[in-house]
Amino acid sequence: MGLISNGTTVFDAGAMASGFGGAMTHIKTITVSSPTSNVQFVHGSSGVVLDSTYKEYIFFLVDMHHNSSSEPEVLFNFSIDGGSNYNVAKTATSFRAYHGEDGSGGALGYYAPTDGAQKTGPLPLSFNADGDNDSSMVAYLRLFNPSSTTFVKHFIGQANEVHDLPRSNGNYFAGYCNTTSAINAVIFDGQSGEGDSNNIDSGKIILFGVN
Amino acid sequence: MGLISNGTTLLDAGALDSGIATGAMTLLSTATASSSSTIDFTSGIDSTYKEYIFKFISIHQSNDGADFQFQVDTGTNTNYNQTITSAGFLAYHQEDDSASALSTHSGSAVLHQETGFQDLGRSLGNDNDQSLSGELHLFEPSSSTFAKQFMAVINEAASDNGTNQRHVTGYINTTTAITRIRFKADAGTIDSGTIKMYGIK
Repeated sequence: MGLISNGTTVFDAGAMASGFGGAMTHIKTITVSSPTSNVQFVHGSSGVVLDSTYKEYIFFLVDMHHNSSSEPEVLFNFSIDGGSNYNVAKTATSFRAYHGEDGSGGALGYYAPTDGAQKTGPLPLSFNADGDNDSSMVAYLRLFNPSSTTFVKHFIGQANEVHDLPRSNGNYFAGYCNTTSAINAVIFDGQSGEGDSNNIDSGKIILFGVN
Repeated sequence: MGLISNGTTLLDAGALDSGIATGAMTLLSTATASSSSTIDFTSGIDSTYKEYIFKFISIHQSNDGADFQFQVDTGTNTNYNQTITSAGFLAYHQEDDSASALSTHSGSAVLHQETGFQDLGRSLGNDNDQSLSGELHLFEPSSSTFAKQFMAVINEAASDNGTNQRHVTGYINTTTAITRIRFKADAGTIDSGTIKMYGIK
């Protein structure tokens, strides 16, 4: 049954008509409150939607914290097989602006350590973060049209971290998953700067779909 | 017909009551390209919202190396030739890792009190799997006091088989209300893709 007011359809077929309500739909929040090696969003698992329902998905990473002194980082990758493998080829750019707590730096430049050329391994959102109790990293990652089986899948993101030096690192990154297979899972992985497995101590990752 | 719950009006006269909490971002219109010479949004841009966002989803153009552009106009005009001053830069990286850098936009990529179309994407690839995605923010287009600011972030699969992350900002140097916007390729057509227009409360 629909609901029509003054000739305008407001509800029909179990959904609010276009133009009513918000365009961003909360899909899933995963809170890390004890050490974990990674956080995964897999379509069809635990209420996660990552398919053709939305043309754009946005992940917000809030106060991601490592309990590590070895310059940890948070990396991301994509899967086309429901999270069995996170190894999608990505070509990406990255640049950063940074400024030290002691006034050092204050520079802008391309940053190769967080880019990729057909890289199947994970890409860092941040690099060499600080592990002090009050240090953390925040970011957003936009993923466009992940279900397309025609086009590469673009992503655009930004992060800020308390760097180990310490300083503020503003990282800007973008690129594309060079596959025409649908992306159906995303992983955020915590590793140290040396590449050893390391835990994400705390933080929150929130996934939205954009109508 | 209205809908009243426990004495509170939820909707009436075809609209939700202003006291009903909704999201701050509202989808206003969706356009789907199909070998389109232009894609225009000619209604819905007014004082209702202080900010409008246009999202570009998998824009694919017919001609290899063509640019993806926009211009705006006032009233019911269809010239799309408002005066724009803009700036921008990109980070690029080739799939074969042969080149990567941060570079300022120059030449025809930026406008200085010019009335041509503003590039958002440049030299897009037209391979079957190549496209552009991103978004453009247009602020307070109905102002009769200020120039109209815009900011865009784009990622594109380029004709030279690399990725380009573009940041474009600028202002439309008029105090007349902007009411319409046009998107097009500088050569050929927009073969496929989706452009969505949102209003931000």
